[in-house]
This record gives sequence, C-alpha cells and structure tokens, in this order.
Amino acid sequence: MAKVLMKGNEAMAEAAIMAGCRHYFGYPITPQTEVAAYMAKRMPKIDGGVFLQAESEIAAINMVIGVASTGKRVMTSSSSPGISLKSEGLSYLAGCDLPALVVNVQRGGPGLGGIQPSQSDYFQATRGGGHGDYHMLVLAPSSIQEMVDLTVKGFDLADKYRMTAMILADGTMGQMMEPVSLDVGEVKTYEKPWALTGTKCERKPNIVNSLFLKPDELEVFNNARYAKYAEICKTEAMHEEYRMEDAEICIVAFGIAARVAQNAIDEARARGIKVGMIRPITVWPFPKEALNKAADKVKAFISVELNMGQMIEDVELAIRCRKPVLFCGRSGGMIPTTEDIAVKIAEAAQIGG
Amino acid sequence: MPKVSFNEKLCKGCGLCVTVCPKKIVALKKELNEKGYHPAEVTDSSKCIGCAFCATICPDCVITVEK
Amino acid sequence: MIVFEKPKALTDAPLHYCPGCTHGIIHRLVAEAIDELGVQGRTIGVASVGCSVFTYNYFNVDMVQAAHGRAPAVATGLKRSDANNIVFTYQGDGDLAAIGTAETVHSAARGENITVIFVNNAIYGMTGGQMAPTSLPGQITQTSPYGRDVNTVGYPVKVCEMLSQLDGAAYLERVAVNNIKNIKAAKAAIKKAFRNQIEGKGFSLVEVLSTCPTNWGKTPADALKWLEENMLPYYPLGVYKDKTKEEK
Repeated sequence: MAKVLMKGNEAMAEAAIMAGCRHYFGYPITPQTEVAAYMAKRMPKIDGGVFLQAESEIAAINMVIGVASTGKRVMTSSSSPGISLKSEGLSYLAGCDLPALVVNVQRGGPGLGGIQPSQSDYFQATRGGGHGDYHMLVLAPSSIQEMVDLTVKGFDLADKYRMTAMILADGTMGQMMEPVSLDVGEVKTYEKPWALTGTKCERKPNIVNSLFLKPDELEVFNNARYAKYAEICKTEAMHEEYRMEDAEICIVAFGIAARVAQNAIDEARARGIKVGMIRPITVWPFPKEALNKAADKVKAFISVELNMGQMIEDVELAIRCRKPVLFCGRSGGMIPTTEDIAVKIAEAAQIGG
Repeated sequence: MPKVSFNEKLCKGCGLCVTVCPKKIVALKKELNEKGYHPAEVTDSSKCIGCAFCATICPDCVITVEK
Repeated sequence: MIVFEKPKALTDAPLHYCPGCTHGIIHRLVAEAIDELGVQGRTIGVASVGCSVFTYNYFNVDMVQAAHGRAPAVATGLKRSDANNIVFTYQGDGDLAAIGTAETVHSAARGENITVIFVNNAIYGMTGGQMAPTSLPGQITQTSPYGRDVNTVGYPVKVCEMLSQLDGAAYLERVAVNNIKNIKAAKAAIKKAFRNQIEGKGFSLVEVLSTCPTNWGKTPADALKWLEENMLPYYPLGVYKDKTKEEK
C-alpha cells in the first residue's frame, strides 16, 4: 500500500478503524481534538460506525465501558487534564477486566497547565492513574508510523489480556505529519464469552462488575490480575536500541524525546563520545531486562524526558541503581534540545568507568 | 377457590401485606423464620378473595396467588 | 391457575434490602415489564451505586455495574453498541440527581433510546441516611441533623420537572409505590417506558417515589404514610412529558 501523509492524531484514528474499532467517544481538548474530528467525519460513513461527542471526559469513558462490556472494540482519546477525568473509568475498566484503547496526547501540567507537548503523565499512565491496584498496557510511539502500528497492537493486546491499552503520545506526536503506511496486516479477533450480548434466554446472565465486598474474594481477583501482569512483563516489553553496540553512555528516552536524543547521539558520536540509546516502546511493561543488561556494559545512563523527572525512577529501579543515572528534562511544554542533551552527555563522559 | 402461599424463608416480616388485606386475614406469625423474622401467614384462607393485594405490595416476592 | 408469582426476569437470589424497603416492589415491576414485553433475552441492565448496587444479582438478564452516577453513559454505550439491546438503568436519587446529574441531563437531551428507572426516597440509604439532592426542606438526616435548611443547602432537585424542559426527553412520569393503586400505575408507567424503547421512541424515565424505613426511622407501614403525607405534596405524581402522545 502506498504511503500517505498524515497527522499523528488522524493516523491513530484511521489505524483504529483499520483495527476494527467502530465506536469512538470523546470530548474536545487540545492537542488531541483532531482524533475526535476525524472520527466524526469517518465513522458515520462506515457500516456500524458510531461517533459520539460526550458531555464530558467522564461520560466518554463510561460510554467506552458500555461498548467494551458488549465485547466490541472501542476507543476514546484525550489530553492530560481530560485523562485525569477519565481516571475513574480507567480504574473501573481494570476492575471489570474490560479491553479498550485510550489515547493520551499529553500536554504540560499540573492543573490546566498548557497546551504544548509534555510527557508529564508518565507516572499517571504507568502506575494506573485511577484508584486501586492495577496497570494498563502503555505504548509510547515515536513516529507517526509507530502511532499507526501501536494503535493496532494496542487493540490486540487489550483484547488478548482484557485490559486497557493506552497510547501515551504528546502534543508534538499528535500534531506533526509524516508519511505512513496504513497496511496493518490481518487483524486478529478474540472470543469474548464474558460479553454482554443478551442471554437470548439460553445462558445464565453475564455480569460485568468490579464490586467484591468480601475482602478474600477481592484479593483473589487482584492476585489473578497481577499474575497476568507478571506474564505481560515477561513477554510484552518492547524497546528499540540505537548505536548501543559499543556504547559507554546509554540514553533512555521515549516518544518525541527519543527523536531529539537520536540527533544528540549522532552529534556526540561525531565528537568521539560513545553514546547509544534504549528507547522504551512500551513504558508499561517497562523494558527492565534490556536496561539491566546495558548496565553491565555502560558507565552511566541519561534519562531524557519532557517533564521534571519521572521515567528516571524506572530506569534506576531497572538497573538497581548500579550505575549513575543523569536527568535531562524540560517541562511546561518545553522540549529538551540537542544542546541540552549534549551538556548531559559531556557530564556523563566525565564519570569514571 | 383462591389460594395464597407464602415462601416463608424469604419473608422479612415487614408487615406491609398485613396492612393491605381487605379481609384482614394476613398476620405475622409468633414463630421466627430462619432469617429471624416473624413471617406473614394467612389466618383464615376460606375468606381469601384472591385479590393479590398482599403479593402486589410485598417487596420480596414471598407470595404466590392462585385462583 | 397462578395469578401472581415472581417474574422470570428476577433471579432466585433473596434481596438484601431492609424489611419493608420498596426497592423490592420496584424490582418486581421492572421484571414484570420485561417478562410481559418478552425482551428478557435481549435486555441489558445497568446497576448504579447505592442500595441498588446489587441489582446485578437480582435481574435475570446481562448486567453491568456502573460507577457512581455514570449509569446513563454506560447505558449509552450499550445501546449504541447494538440498537437491538433493550437497555435500562436502575438508579437512586444520589446517583442520578447529585453525582450523575450531567449524565442524566445529557442522555435525556440526546434522546438516548434507553429506559431509566429513578428511585427517589429522599435520602442516601447505603451510606446510612445522609441528605440527598431530593431530601425535603426541613427533613432531618445524618448530614442535616437540624433539618434541611434551604437557606444554606438549597432546594431539592425535581428531576421530572427539570428534564421536561429538554426537547430530547420522550417520556417522563412520576409514580409512587405507597399503595396498591399507585403500584399498579407505577407498573403501567414502567412498562410504557420499556415499550417506548422497543418502539424506538427515545429517552424514557420513570421516577418512583420510594421509602427508606430504616434511615427514615419508621416502621415499613409508617414509612408509606410518611411518603404519602410528605413526598406526594412536594413531588406531585403524573406525566411530565409524553412525546409519544403528542405525536398521535
């Protein structure tokens, strides 16, 4: 299939349709509104397609819960303050073991913050966001093609594990344009015997529920969920390595930060400094193994983020603090420059191996 | 002849059925049921007219009415 | 011949409600409507938060338990997933008229083709008797121990009157379950609210005035009397909107 030039937000929307999603519920918020606008245009033209602008992010995520309960692929998208509003629903999705795809095109915070790109919802996304013990699958694309691929993958993983998959993007990724291939290959479907499809008076009622007043019962569900999470951590962590073969310094960065870091690495290499990068593609599960292995070889890590330092904690945990981890971050909607990163690389280069 | 039967083990002894019976033949038993309530019963079934008022106001589907 | 028995759309699970709580009557009326309209096999119910949270154990249909106040949004998703689904919510006054006001108003405004059963007993039951959005002026509750003072906490929300201003709402009726006559009228209203959905008429809500003997501190029989003497004057029974009639 030929490549088409698409904006990140629109590419995710089209990819969702390609993945079999026919229900989208959303609420306008910059910088993700193009997802909703695209769905509003496309869904009514597709057989069975439903676009609905909800009265709030809270309503939208609960509409998602309704469709997810029936076993169909469903999606919502928002940006940081809107994701906070959806967090109640994210917790219920987890408690009910429902699959859904949620996109967060992050902007700076806290509070109303700003509308410029950010990665400051990393903690919120990787720790669950809402109340209770749970995780979401969190996918962090760093190109528009990856936004397409991870949207399709997100739906698949969500169905496979009966979990919410979140695309953790940012304002830059949402707004920028790149040529993409929409050839998503064959889309796998899953049996959903738990879905609410009406009993047809032929089976016992299915119940989608997260309430368990008996503590021992609730614990059983939480244990089962965490056994599933452990399996996911073993099998689904994804990352990409860049110039790591002989690297002495390892940059860790995801999303747009990884793209800036890549340029900084090339410039440093030209100056003779051996720098490479591990780019998490899934930030939950976090690619701990890859980082832990790298810690045997490199003398220092640099976590590059569009926030005040969030993923750095996962890096330190992954390598058990065996090597120094420097931080290079900008916040409030600012993006670290290659110069910002070069300063940290120089600092790391001074560290004795 | 109308017949009302009470599923005693579901009865919570709220007594609403007692208040609506036009023939005043529904009463709460002195004995307790397994839940610890005084369940309702019909004291004189020969007077029952099968109006089902008792069943209509019963919150717990205790009562079945046959005619 | 059996003239009265438990409807098929109720399971055999004993209800957890307090003795004399009229939730049980309303459950039965909903189940009877489902039975009589022959839609049990394609009905999906939405349980809310409050005393009625466990309705998923009682209705013999597919059920989902929604977050506090969000039942109409979840119902919207269920209905938009498949228009053949017969979708109802069963919500109390705190759920529908306080925390879920936005979801209630906007599902009505959209004319969402769902059936909403709104149980108004003027108090929070599950949490132990706090002031509800529908508690009456002067009503003593755990969080209005000196009586609801309208000067500081404002006035009750009259849901049917409020929603009747929305073009999207198709059918709004307030009923009560305090006596045999009213219970029969409530049944007719609930059945109509389901029939409207089957016929694609749009958003139907039945507000059912109900009791809370435990938290009102009354016997079940006295609670019915309190409802009649205090709630009926403030919340007049009747049809507040019926687009299905206007169309004729």
